[in-house]
Amino acid sequence: MNETSDQLLTTRPVAESWFGRFQVVALAALTIVAVIGKFYLPRLIPNTEWLELPLLLTVYFGLMRRSPIASLFFGAFVGLAEDSLSPANIPIGMYGITKTLVGYFAASVSLRFNVEASFLRMVLCFFFYFFHAFFYWIMRRALLGQAVPFDPPETFVHGALNALIAIPLFAMLDRMKLAGAS
Amino acid sequence: MEALLSRYRNLTVLLVVVVAQLLYLAYQVRTNRDERLIRVWAVTAVTPMAGAVEGIRRNTIGFLQDYFILLDVREQNRKLKSDNDRLRLENVYFRNQLRTAEHASALILFQAQSPSKTVAARVIGNSTVATAKAVFIDRGSTSGIEKGMAVVTPDGIVGKVVAVYPLVSQVLLITDPTFKVGVESQKSHVHGVLDCGGGKCIVEQIQNEDKVSAGEWFFTSGEDRIFPKGFPVGTAVSVQPGQGMKDVKLNLSGAPAGVEEVLVVLQGVHQPIPTAQVAEETAVKAMPAPPPEGVDTAAQTAKPQTEADKVLEKYDTIGKEQNHVYGAYGSAVPNFNLKPGSGPAQIAQTQTAPAQTLQSQPQSSSTAGAAPAPKKPETQPAASTATLGGTPVPKASTPAKSTANGPVLPLGAPRHRAVAAPPQASSPPPSMPQQ
Repeated sequence: MNETSDQLLTTRPVAESWFGRFQVVALAALTIVAVIGKFYLPRLIPNTEWLELPLLLTVYFGLMRRSPIASLFFGAFVGLAEDSLSPANIPIGMYGITKTLVGYFAASVSLRFNVEASFLRMVLCFFFYFFHAFFYWIMRRALLGQAVPFDPPETFVHGALNALIAIPLFAMLDRMKLAGAS
Repeated sequence: MEALLSRYRNLTVLLVVVVAQLLYLAYQVRTNRDERLIRVWAVTAVTPMAGAVEGIRRNTIGFLQDYFILLDVREQNRKLKSDNDRLRLENVYFRNQLRTAEHASALILFQAQSPSKTVAARVIGNSTVATAKAVFIDRGSTSGIEKGMAVVTPDGIVGKVVAVYPLVSQVLLITDPTFKVGVESQKSHVHGVLDCGGGKCIVEQIQNEDKVSAGEWFFTSGEDRIFPKGFPVGTAVSVQPGQGMKDVKLNLSGAPAGVEEVLVVLQGVHQPIPTAQVAEETAVKAMPAPPPEGVDTAAQTAKPQTEADKVLEKYDTIGKEQNHVYGAYGSAVPNFNLKPGSGPAQIAQTQTAPAQTLQSQPQSSSTAGAAPAPKKPETQPAASTATLGGTPVPKASTPAKSTANGPVLPLGAPRHRAVAAPPQASSPPPSMPQQ
């Protein structure tokens, strides 16, 4: 896998160059905005708890970075930041593990497919949202013994909404990439 | 080995990171200890920004209305709403107390029990976990809040404090899947466990043999050691027999999800479950009884108040008409059986013959709500009782208003010296729940 990723990385210099120029400050700011947005957005706009900006950011980073190690660390960082603002009855690390896996898988997928197409991005966002919600539910039941409900139809709807949101969001992040490259 | 690790470097790093987090998670679960330092840092870093954004939002949304359209009506409305919430909570407390026993025993209860102490707080943010129902409030340990305290509104219960930071606290809402509340039905005093995890609130652990009917009120039982006993929770919307246990669905009287301002119970006081019907606030509001002939109806129609407000206003009017200053030394005890708006001549006439006057007068306008006021004995002495929501209220709750003739005392404040009065009136007044 390492050799394959090296080959593919060398064939996609544009994305690499963007992340090479992408400042750490901007990335940290995006992460903070995403986490705070999840913290505060439901107060500003009611019934927006389904919006998973940190997850979309993790997926985008994984798809564009195409480095599983960097993506899993980024996912772990975002997840742990979310965990620190989660209810006190949920220990820190639940979102960390979930988003670590999401970041890793997103980067792994990007090594095999051309993830520039909007439709594929939308499908991947939907899939990763469902995986994220289901895995988190599994962990709460298995590791914490908390009998929380899981509603697949609702998760499908929320996944579709997040996938729709991901299209303009990723386009905006792409524009930032172009601006950074110029 | 080294070649193997190098070949599967990505997978190895993934496993290391996941296992590290799993071990950290297991450590927290095993020790049952929250990583407070990380949370304190994160919350302290985020909440000031959230508070600032919340303040900007509140100010900017109402800016035009406040300064160009309604001037400062919004601010007044907010203050009135806050006062109204506090008074409604006091009203619930008084109703619960007054419905438990006769006047004397109710007064004894008032004396014996100290009321719940609460502190008002504002919701400033949600939790980052979509499936977990939790919010942050802008009060922390510096305001005396501690972990495990109950959070309520005048309408019902909201949740409990699960984490306390210096300036903010985290409240787990009762709609969270992991939250259970001990409840008790009003009529048959059946105990159950409220679970709102599945989207609908269900009262569990009620046997099929227990008698619970739809529409019955449920109150906190106090068994969960979180909520004091006697706080309203909601009404049963459907009761169906199940396999061994009844299927009781509950409609919460409060709205934990959309609540913006809450009260944290610093010092809870258990209250008995009220035996009488709870005045439910519904969208359908019945018209009050028609006023008697010859009475100015215009003055009575424009009074959108609570029942406690109506009683206060009635007492205030009676005091003014009979030149009585509440709390003032030497002021004669007014005749509370007279209807407000009666002229001085009628007052003099009825004071000489109170029984006849009472016979001829219809029900007082202070009797609000659907429940009719119980008929008082016609020979009952003056200043003994009024009605509050269909329940006799001792005169001790008579308010004191600011006048130019005497000192201004708070509601129910004792007089300077004992005045010769009927036994109920001379009893010390109840203390009010502090805010």
